Amino acid sequence: MGEQIVKTNCCHGCSNTNETELLERISELAKEYRGKEGALIQVLHMAQVIFGYLPIEVQRVIADALDIPVSQVSGVVSFYSFFSTQPRGEHTIRVCMGTACYVRGGKKIVERLKEILDIDIGDTTKDRKFTFEVARCIGACGLAPAMSIDDVVYKQVDPDKLENILARYYQEGEKAV
Amino acid sequence: MINLTINGIPVQAEEGTTILEAARANNIHIPNLCYMKGIHEQGVCRICVVEIEGNRNLQASCITKVREGMNIKTNSAKVQKVRKMLYELLVSNHPEDCLQCERNQSCELQELGQTLGVRERRLYGKRTEIEADISPSITRDPSKCILCRRCVTVCNEIQDVGAINVQNRGFDTIVSPATELPLNSTACAMCGQCTVVCPTGALTETDGIAKVQRALADPNKHVIVQTAPAVRAALGECFGLPVGTPVTGKMVTALRMLGFDDVFDTNFAADLTILEEGTEFLNRVTDALNGGKAVLPMITSCSPGWIKHIEHSYHTELDHLSTCKSPHMMLGALTKSFYAKKINKDPKDIFTVSIMPCTAKKYEIQRPEMNVDGYPDVDAVLTTRELGKMIKSYGIDFVNLPDSDFDAPLGLSTGAADIFGVTGGVMEAALRTVYELVTGRELPFDNLRITPLKGLDQIKTASILIEDTLPEYKHLEGVTVNVAVTSGLQGSNILMDEVKAGKSPYHFIEVMGCPGGCISGGGQPRTDCEDFRVKRTNALYSEDERKVLRKSHENPDLAKLYEDYLGEIGGEISHHLLHTVYTRRGLYNELVE
Repeated sequence: MGEQIVKTNCCHGCSNTNETELLERISELAKEYRGKEGALIQVLHMAQVIFGYLPIEVQRVIADALDIPVSQVSGVVSFYSFFSTQPRGEHTIRVCMGTACYVRGGKKIVERLKEILDIDIGDTTKDRKFTFEVARCIGACGLAPAMSIDDVVYKQVDPDKLENILARYYQEGEKAV
Repeated sequence: MINLTINGIPVQAEEGTTILEAARANNIHIPNLCYMKGIHEQGVCRICVVEIEGNRNLQASCITKVREGMNIKTNSAKVQKVRKMLYELLVSNHPEDCLQCERNQSCELQELGQTLGVRERRLYGKRTEIEADISPSITRDPSKCILCRRCVTVCNEIQDVGAINVQNRGFDTIVSPATELPLNSTACAMCGQCTVVCPTGALTETDGIAKVQRALADPNKHVIVQTAPAVRAALGECFGLPVGTPVTGKMVTALRMLGFDDVFDTNFAADLTILEEGTEFLNRVTDALNGGKAVLPMITSCSPGWIKHIEHSYHTELDHLSTCKSPHMMLGALTKSFYAKKINKDPKDIFTVSIMPCTAKKYEIQRPEMNVDGYPDVDAVLTTRELGKMIKSYGIDFVNLPDSDFDAPLGLSTGAADIFGVTGGVMEAALRTVYELVTGRELPFDNLRITPLKGLDQIKTASILIEDTLPEYKHLEGVTVNVAVTSGLQGSNILMDEVKAGKSPYHFIEVMGCPGGCISGGGQPRTDCEDFRVKRTNALYSEDERKVLRKSHENPDLAKLYEDYLGEIGGEISHHLLHTVYTRRGLYNELVE
């Protein structure tokens, strides 16, 4: 709820495009879909790729461009879990809570990650490094308990080794810079 | 015609009819909750389920069309059991505060429980923790919402405002503005149509009764009341009178019994509005003909829901609005100035109450510009429904009351004022006066009724040719005045898109925020009568027609007011008291500063 005043980078981590330019890009793109029925979800997808997440400012820009009420945009954004109104981290951690992973200790991974990251499920770390989510089943039941970070699946995760796994992403980040 | 069987009775129905309507036409009422004929037929609440032979599952009868040979049971044991369960689930997260609820005994959810014979509560679900959102006009209590979506349909599809919609999903679902903002921070017009259709206490007008009762109990306050035209056409419904019964005289008597010191009529100020607004229109047309910068079309400004809507949605077009305040604000301003002086009272000791068919008026009175030298024009607004409640709580036997008349000097009105409550009425009243001022002759329509502007069509238009003018209006000779009338904000959007594009062919436009005009305002009694708009309209037309004086400029008390106090029409005092300015708000209130 409320306005996000935080300066944001786009989801690819490039920091040199400023917010106004991104909003303009989203607006231009959305305008092409004006009057087309059922276009809202597609526009929201594209906007989330461009902006990284869908705060109220982005929702307003889309509402204006499509000429629909912002309450309708917000209704769709808040309905689908894929859309986020909070800034996303550079990497998304998904801990599997499907039946197999659950019985083999998925919950312990979740609890440990909460401690390490100091955030709740669905939130993003203060440094915008990680967004922390749970998944219903990632289709890796034979590897339970499993989790994924972006596209990489980690098998038979030991809660005590989580810190080591996460540390790699910080090193990578430094290299990338 | 389609042949089918309902509860063993062979019946016929037109193709395309829903089972619910076919049953109703044959005297079988299928219980329902979210259904609103022609407006909201979405099968959301499922209460209207019926058993159809050959179908495995029960079907919602409000959205299932009749088919040849259908065999339907509306009350089988299976249907009754499922319907009861659906109801129990609907109320499983509902607060059990019926005794204290605004809608106690006028609640559709409560009534349905009675009908279905639900006598115990077996299911308890988690209740929402979201607190009530109290805006100046409308109070939203999500804990009482059953998610039937009637309000969403009315706000989005009938009014085309879209202030509220369904947010979130699953158990977290609520009906609310975007990102759960309070209503007052959105482009909500405060029209209150959502409060009329809400079946429970989730959407109601924000209470004004407490404030009025405090003023009535204060011996230092001189409490004045005024009543809008449309109130008299609907108040009787609160006491079981047939829809469309005018109750002007009884209403005045009841208001005196409630303890108001003066009972004035907003109608007086409606006549006043016609003189001010009619003159403003003539001035604009004259200026435009002389190559001046006058902005046309001029648009009426009596409906505060419409005003708030244009300030949000068409904020670049505010110059088109007449600068006239709405009639009850004009009358309020007069009570705090002219009348205060007349009865030798300090305006601070005068408390003015407006009885309105409208929820947006509650917002209007707290606009900072609506004051006379620091005193608010109007101190409190009660809706028709609230007045009904107050009269009941004072133990007044309304139906058997004798009639009485409004108080002077702000109580006399012409027939032109009565029709202010009906779509097309303000335009007709204005033209009755303007035409006669310019030509010296009566408006050339049978019984003064401009037929093309009558009725419930979304947009109505007329063209009036001005011929044989009086010498002082020679410049208007041969001019054809094009007028348009709309009611409901969707219609206003259509006309405003033309205005904004510079393509409006009209000179004068009347907009009323609610479909049908004030007679179906957001503060009017809720009714299940299908043609209530027509009946209430006829009530006001009959009030108009029974009067000897039917043109605003013939109101003798009004002439006296100008003579004694206001001076000339559109003069300096008028401008100080009776005219106003508008605020560019923007869709997200981003322009307010």
